[in-house]
Amino acid sequence: MPDSLLRLNDMSLHFGEKSVLEHVSLSLKRGEITTLIGPNGAGKSSLVRIALGLLKPSSGEVIRQTGLRLGYMPQKLVIDDSLPLTVLRFLQLAHRSNKSTALNILSMVEGQHLAKQAVQKLSGGEFQRVLLARAILRKPDLLVLDEPVQGVDMSGQRELYRLITRVRDEFNCGVLMVSHDLHLVMKQTDHVICLNRHVCCAGLPENISNHPAYLQLFGQPEESELAIYTHHHDHQHGLSGDACSDDSHEHDGEEK
Amino acid sequence: MMELLLPSLLGGIGVALVAGPLGSFLVWRRMAYFGDTLSHSALLGVALGYALELNINITVIVVCISMALGLVALQQQRYIANDTLLGILAHSSLALGLVVVSLLNDSRLNLSSFLFGDLLSVTTEDLITIYAGSISVLITLVLLWRPLLAITIHEELAEVEGVKVFWVRLALMVIIALVIATAMKIVGILLITALMLIPAASARRWASSPESMAVLASILGMIAVCGGLVMAYNFDTALGPTIVVCCTLLFLLCYLWPKKSV
Repeated sequence: MPDSLLRLNDMSLHFGEKSVLEHVSLSLKRGEITTLIGPNGAGKSSLVRIALGLLKPSSGEVIRQTGLRLGYMPQKLVIDDSLPLTVLRFLQLAHRSNKSTALNILSMVEGQHLAKQAVQKLSGGEFQRVLLARAILRKPDLLVLDEPVQGVDMSGQRELYRLITRVRDEFNCGVLMVSHDLHLVMKQTDHVICLNRHVCCAGLPENISNHPAYLQLFGQPEESELAIYTHHHDHQHGLSGDACSDDSHEHDGEEK
Repeated sequence: MMELLLPSLLGGIGVALVAGPLGSFLVWRRMAYFGDTLSHSALLGVALGYALELNINITVIVVCISMALGLVALQQQRYIANDTLLGILAHSSLALGLVVVSLLNDSRLNLSSFLFGDLLSVTTEDLITIYAGSISVLITLVLLWRPLLAITIHEELAEVEGVKVFWVRLALMVIIALVIATAMKIVGILLITALMLIPAASARRWASSPESMAVLASILGMIAVCGGLVMAYNFDTALGPTIVVCCTLLFLLCYLWPKKSV
């Protein structure tokens, strides 16, 4: 598979007795946006950490394209108030980059006016854009974004999704994104993977332009960066989250 | 007076020079208690030095580094939080040090000079040790500055970006151990952390970059050493605690001084 940036083959992970991921296989390709959704404790973060090489799977294969450059946007990054740090300086920590490269990247995420501000003073949306800038500073082949829009207001989310699409187009990189929301994913997503320890279902996000609930929430579809992914499960989860053989739709791993 | 105080002054300045930047990292990484743990364990190093008839500087460094390594090993488990681990190590090692000291019953070992410092008896040999330690710590800090800052902000992000996080973290612990071993003579085991933390915390309000905070912390530490020496000489007070009191006065001054902009 020559165009696969990163491939997981029948990969499982367990911490002691506790099984975290079971027989997960997936493939990330250049130019494609893959969104990972799933309930809390589904193993999304563990999967991301395996993809980044921060964690080793208990079994199965992780195949990275040789020389793969990764860009990473972590989920929660809190910089201690005691550290005096401007946005520009924060970006330059990623890489021995000169000022103009850092400024260029910052303008790409529409944050050039933030350069001299202290990182602790940014709003949630501004800080996420700066984190995105840091992730793309090294011109990554694969961009890994862990809940990039968490804690960002709706217009900020739309903005971020638009920037992520632009980054994908400009660098022609692959994108693996964890979504904090089970039902809303980025509209430009090429591939959605629903994870609950194992891959529950995967596919394309539906075209939701006529969905009334969606229209009510977000206005005109052409202005929006969001899409609704409808789940089609062929199995049911018991209390423990184990898959049961049942064809009705039950998702959260919690009792309803 | 000058000839009498010069070795002490040089020794104090040599320690304050590195205590500033290193203390900044302790503040940024919320490792204040870690500094305490290592310095408390230094007494065990002193006691071992006397018991085994070895150079005290070396045994202190060895004990501090083993303590840092022990902590790294203990951090691999997932049951006990960091601050609890530090508390266990700090007090166990201090207690063990005191037990060994009382077992030795060695008249040469003046416990209070190690606990509170004995800067006035600094010898040329001590000065050489202090400056050799300080300069090697400074060089290491300059070389590792960017990776150290990167892991301070986010360890996993730094690792993805190619920083060898484990080794950089270990290096930081080792240089903290080195500074404690060299600073022990100046302010004593119980107050070393103060010389690292207080000037760095004072510098924060006036710093606009990590580097300016580190440099300002060094300068403030040196001022406190000079002020402490003068005060201790004139009022005949214990030197180590007097230096720390000076640090605290500077800290208050830094935060009470009116600031116009920002």
